[in-house]
Amino acid sequence: MYTFPNKLRNLAIAFMVIGFLGLAYGFINAPKTIEEAKEMVASSHGEGHGESHDETTTTNHGEEDTHAVSESHETSVVDDHASSSHQETHDSSHDEHLFHQLSNKPWAAFYVAAFFFFMISLGVLAFYAIQRAAQAGWSPVLYRVMEGITAYLLPGGIVIIVILALSGMHLNHLFIWMDPEVVAHDELIAGKTGYLNVPFFLVRAVLFLLGWTTYRYFSRKFSLAQDQSDNISNHKKNFRISAAFLVFFIYSESVMSWDWIMSIDPHWFSTLFGWYVFASMIVSGVTTIALITIYLKSKGYLEFVNDSHIHDLGKFMFGFSVFWTYLWFSQFMLIWYSNIPEEVTYFMTRIEDYNLPFFGMVVMNFIFPLLILMNSDYKRINYFIVMAGIVVILGHYMDVYNMIMPSAVGDQWFIGVAEIGGFLFFLGLFIFIVFSELTKAPLFAKGDPFMGESERFHY
Amino acid sequence: MSNKVVHALYDDDDVLLSAVKNIRKEKYHIEEVYTPFPVHGLDKAMGLEETRLAIMAFIYGCIGLVVATVMMKYIMIDDWPQNIGGKPSFSYLENMPSFVPIMFELTVFFAAHLMVLTFYMRSKLWPFKKAENPNPLTTDDKFLVEIELQDNEKELTSLLKKSGAIDISIIEKPQ
Repeated sequence: MYTFPNKLRNLAIAFMVIGFLGLAYGFINAPKTIEEAKEMVASSHGEGHGESHDETTTTNHGEEDTHAVSESHETSVVDDHASSSHQETHDSSHDEHLFHQLSNKPWAAFYVAAFFFFMISLGVLAFYAIQRAAQAGWSPVLYRVMEGITAYLLPGGIVIIVILALSGMHLNHLFIWMDPEVVAHDELIAGKTGYLNVPFFLVRAVLFLLGWTTYRYFSRKFSLAQDQSDNISNHKKNFRISAAFLVFFIYSESVMSWDWIMSIDPHWFSTLFGWYVFASMIVSGVTTIALITIYLKSKGYLEFVNDSHIHDLGKFMFGFSVFWTYLWFSQFMLIWYSNIPEEVTYFMTRIEDYNLPFFGMVVMNFIFPLLILMNSDYKRINYFIVMAGIVVILGHYMDVYNMIMPSAVGDQWFIGVAEIGGFLFFLGLFIFIVFSELTKAPLFAKGDPFMGESERFHY
Repeated sequence: MSNKVVHALYDDDDVLLSAVKNIRKEKYHIEEVYTPFPVHGLDKAMGLEETRLAIMAFIYGCIGLVVATVMMKYIMIDDWPQNIGGKPSFSYLENMPSFVPIMFELTVFFAAHLMVLTFYMRSKLWPFKKAENPNPLTTDDKFLVEIELQDNEKELTSLLKKSGAIDISIIEKPQ
């Protein structure tokens, strides 16, 4: 049995406290009124930002005309307009828009981190279900680690649903389609209200979380029961519910990604968005399994996990990183090539206002793991997996950041106290819940019929 | 030096694998093993040097990437400037995303084709080459281990018998 070391527990609690303070600082420092918001931007914008915004307005004018309908709430387009014109004319709707962006900032920082760590446990749950449904022979030694990580699913999901409900109560402006004022002036969003309305939105969120956690509850239960049992009936049940879960998962995950992320930008849509988010979640999930496995091994647990298991996790990290890049590029290239105004604004804001995080994450999520993990021998060396893993985890945090921030805060982004605080808070919570769950059952799932094969597994 | 070799025939890959390990443990030199299909782990059991083909694959891929970049720059930008996707920038860098599929394909193409050629050259295979396998059974379902013989016929054959060989023959190799 694993015991949660006090040092790690204290570290997790320290992360949560520091993170909480960081988030609180972010919320307190958010502007309360439009005047405050104007002042904040004026004091920080005077220096270097002037030139770049002039450029962006000239290149963007074509788009602005076509989007006149969408008023001031088409964030991506109007951002450039807002920030360049605030030096000359003080259009009140732009100021209000700026105010919304700045008051969104701590909320968005909170939401990005909450979603990122939730996404890790959901990705691990999907990976776990794939292992179960495929009756994989190599991975049963890692089942308990995966089950530990998926323990975060329920608390993490509840946090997200609370944030979504608070947005529905207009405590923040993350989802502009929730604002009846906006919908009244926006024909495009008005046409989508049959789907994008707060009650249905929350019902969907609760339904999905219920489905995922139900699977998680029963598969964990059968997995533990299998340890005590002398036949494989629990294993068979687990196989069946895993296959059913995977069908439910791929639909619900896709709809979840439209709801929770894509609808932040309600004018824009991408048909492969569900896959894109899925790639991100499974690569961070596999990476987290590898990191936690290596950590536990270094502490003397999981002695039955050998280099070949780490090697296989490394292969999955490598493969899913390439898969993520493939989807990232497919989404980007089609939209960039066709250059349709309502689609291309999505990437224009990201390339103009988010150049470094947007392309930086491609380096972190693709080029770095590609070069580090290409060599077969490196995938067997813990040091390389840990190094690549940390970069991949941070890179996928940036990926979620790039998905949510541009539409929520426009060009007012910054990775500051609130963002780092949000990351640390949920990192602490994640470590606390995952490692508490690891103590609840033996790390060796001795009843699994494939355990022998998995133990002998070698490359 | 004698040019006699022992040919031991096996009919199971697991038996072969443990036999190879045993033969090497007794310090006999295995010249070659002929198998109808790749046996997993045989290279390690025989103590073969690790292949360097992977390094060549990486280099070939890089060559393909460079060829694609230079080629697309020459064709689409320099020689006959094209208006790509309604964005007549005539700059390679700004049009780069539309060349990525070609860069990817040529990387794979170069790596794959040049690897096949390299593999043939390293394995000394070329058209009209006469087959080297001493026993046609190794193209069907039998495994053959070839061991150099040096006045140790008795011990060696008994060792091979014990290790599960179904047939042992001593062959004089033509010089």
